[in-house]
Amino acid sequence: MSTDDDDQARRERRAQWNRMFAANVPHNVALGIEILELGAEHAVFRLPYAAHLIGNVETGVLHGGAITALLDACSGAAVFGALPKPQPIATLDLRIDYLRPGAAGKDILARATCYRVTRNVAFTRAVAYHDDPDDPIASAAGTFMLATKLGKVGGTP
Amino acid sequence: MTLVARVAAAKATGNLGPLIDVIPYAKFLGLNGTVVDDELITTMAFLPTNIGNPALPALHGGTLGALLESAAIFQLLWAAETVVLPKTITITVDYLRSAAPVDTYARGVIVRHGRRVANVSVEAWQDDRARPVATAHAHFLVMADS
Repeated sequence: MSTDDDDQARRERRAQWNRMFAANVPHNVALGIEILELGAEHAVFRLPYAAHLIGNVETGVLHGGAITALLDACSGAAVFGALPKPQPIATLDLRIDYLRPGAAGKDILARATCYRVTRNVAFTRAVAYHDDPDDPIASAAGTFMLATKLGKVGGTP
Repeated sequence: MTLVARVAAAKATGNLGPLIDVIPYAKFLGLNGTVVDDELITTMAFLPTNIGNPALPALHGGTLGALLESAAIFQLLWAAETVVLPKTITITVDYLRSAAPVDTYARGVIVRHGRRVANVSVEAWQDDRARPVATAHAHFLVMADS
């Protein structure tokens, strides 16, 4: 299998996810959120810098709430990616640590992993960053309720 | 108008409009705040763009997080003698119920206000205040920029 075919398949998959996402989540659309990667291992989303998302007009830095929405959406997608079959999920809790101020004018990316799925609950970790996930603006830990009963995945609940 | 002047104007009128005007994302979410029976209540108007799940339908968890964080910050600004924009250190949001496509209200209570850090707990509800849709507790840095 050539790399070109892989890239082509990845591009098509990504376009399909973005279409699904755009049709299904109005607030993500309103924020301009894009899916860059979504798989069983992790999800990467982009929040483009935009004037209506600013939290402080003096600094031009994006509002913490927009970063919350991005981390929530990306963490939820990581759960979807990790589930053996699609099912409705709901955020149970989300803790966000703001590690340093974001820079005005720059897009924010989020990278989330779902590191455990039990019968009822999935657990996630995520970071928000500009260029380097190892130099994050914020980090998040989340739990998600799974709406329907799963088969045994990764051990006991 | 400076932040100090905006907070003063908001306090004088009992309406957060002057403050919301300089927070574009708060405006975008439809946030406003008014004093009701001596309590500062932050309202998030229902807007179609705040939907996260159109099948239910339910509000996006991120919008509730933003409402709770904003209500906590507004409460700190409201209570403060010297105005410093609080910086969020950490916030934990508990999602208790799915939030219907209607107006949502939030009220922050300052649990502890230290010299450097303030701890605020916040509740958000819709039709029935006794049945909150989401709660949060948060720590804010409340020192002037060093």
